[in-house]
Amino acid sequence: MASVELKNVCKSFGSVEVLRDVNLSLEGGEFVVFVGPSGCGKSTLLRLIAGLEDITDGELMIDGERMNDVLPAKRGISMVFQSYALYPHMTVFENMAFGLEQAKLSPDEIKARIAQAADMLQISEYMERKPRQLSGGQRQRVAIGRAITRQPRVFLFDEPLSNLDAALRVDTRLEIAALHKRLADTTMIYVTHDQVEAMTLADRIVVLNAGNVEQVGTPLELYANPASQFVAGFIGSPRMNFIGGEVAAGHGAATFGIRPEHVDLSRDKGLWKGTVRLTEALGSDTFAHVDTETAGMVNVRLAGAERIGEGETVFLTPQTEAVHLFDDAGWPVRKAKAA
Amino acid sequence: MTAPAWLKTTGFYLLVGIIVLQALFPFYYAVLTSLEDGQALFEVNYLPAVFDLSNYRSMLSDGVFGKQILNSVFVATVTVIISLFLAITASFALARIRFRGRGLLLLTILSVSMFPQIAVLSGLFELIRAFGLFNSLWSLVFSYMIFTLPFTVWVLTTFMRALPIEIEEAAIMDGASSFTIIRRIFVPLLWPAMVTTGLLAFIHAWNEFLFALTFLSTDTQRTVPVAIALISGRSEFEVPWGNIMAASVVVTLPLVVLVLIFQRRIVSGLTAGAVKG
Repeated sequence: MASVELKNVCKSFGSVEVLRDVNLSLEGGEFVVFVGPSGCGKSTLLRLIAGLEDITDGELMIDGERMNDVLPAKRGISMVFQSYALYPHMTVFENMAFGLEQAKLSPDEIKARIAQAADMLQISEYMERKPRQLSGGQRQRVAIGRAITRQPRVFLFDEPLSNLDAALRVDTRLEIAALHKRLADTTMIYVTHDQVEAMTLADRIVVLNAGNVEQVGTPLELYANPASQFVAGFIGSPRMNFIGGEVAAGHGAATFGIRPEHVDLSRDKGLWKGTVRLTEALGSDTFAHVDTETAGMVNVRLAGAERIGEGETVFLTPQTEAVHLFDDAGWPVRKAKAA
Repeated sequence: MTAPAWLKTTGFYLLVGIIVLQALFPFYYAVLTSLEDGQALFEVNYLPAVFDLSNYRSMLSDGVFGKQILNSVFVATVTVIISLFLAITASFALARIRFRGRGLLLLTILSVSMFPQIAVLSGLFELIRAFGLFNSLWSLVFSYMIFTLPFTVWVLTTFMRALPIEIEEAAIMDGASSFTIIRRIFVPLLWPAMVTTGLLAFIHAWNEFLFALTFLSTDTQRTVPVAIALISGRSEFEVPWGNIMAASVVVTLPLVVLVLIFQRRIVSGLTAGAVKG
């Protein structure tokens, strides 16, 4: 069980500050997802932990040991890269053996470890193939297999699903979740910009924005109690509706936030009157974009394939207990239900 | 208005024919001449008339010529090996490590190949005398690197830049040292580029004339281009064309063989599959 701790970690490239005073404490065996828009520093943070970038200031501790100046290979870390980064001239077996050979393990030990990993990932039949003879999903498994054989204390994933097509992405996501259950002692850190991956995989999510940690918490904590307007907008799909103007002012805030699933729609009475401009029917849900007189455009979720015509006049009522209020700096104001 | 198809086709093959003719005729004529002897040499013919190997026999039994071929092989091979070793290590630094003056250094390397040989000849001569390399084959190995290194370094740097950096990072995570990364990852991946540049460097070193003429003074040290140019007849009025042509054909063959062997090794798309493809 390897804990990972970052103390006041900063990273600058020249004069550009990418990460500012990051403090994080990850428990051993935890699955933590770093999520944020591109350029928020999440990949850089992962590379600092991996040792591929130097830490400008602050401390990185793994299991209580200071790791700032320890070589990447000596940190007990494995990494799965976005592009898989398999060695193209080596077979699957050689790819998986390379790191173990560098660690000077005996050939028997190497074979045993590879056989075990290959078995777990069901890639035993491809062992003699080259990466170019494998499909995207198979390459991904080999990359994960290569990382497993090193028996790391901490497992790093850098957007591992972004090169896969949509169907395969869901399957692989489930496999990674299963892998985490099998390797319960291994701490896993996973970087993604996809909040659905973050919500489904994580024990805890770290939301990063412009080099700062915005919030750390379990997926449901982040969903229910976002610590800032940024987190509120980033977590949850589709996005939370942000309404300014009179509606927000009426609650003593700059922004009034309500998720599409927390707005009730009625054909005859409600708080906001509006016209349906666009509907998106997904089968299980239908999303209606309603142009209201008082609150502007509001996205509403309707259960099932409810039929609603574009151009129809409807009334919307936000569920008061699910309202999020933010001041003009994006910080939360006291909850509406308490008011 | 387009020309009829048959005219296009004929025109195309006519052009191909001219190119092939101008490329191959000189060599063909050398082979033809080398197989003739005595008076037959001076009768102009474009098809083989006689088949006489006496020119080859007299060339090879000469004694010195065999030694001279070995000299050429030694110089060209050693030049290629040292150039490739230096180039691959240099290109690793130039492509992957960020340091001040990297662009300037690359331009400097390129500009070395800008000077005509004749411009650096006398200075180089002084240098070689100072190192005590005069009339030694190492003088050629040393001086040939002036033109082999710039292009090997440049070509390999370009190829190395094109390799995904994540492969290298994966190797770092796997605990490989810089030298292991070069040996186990870069050399196999850059093999096609190394074969190509190595072959060009070999050909250049094999054909070089001016330095070889200047820095070597005795017959047994000479390399073949100079040796062939200095072949003389029994009197100053006789040019032994037969022998010269036979020698020319002999020194061409190794190059032809090398190109034929290695063209199969120049496999493109070796890196396909490293990343999403």
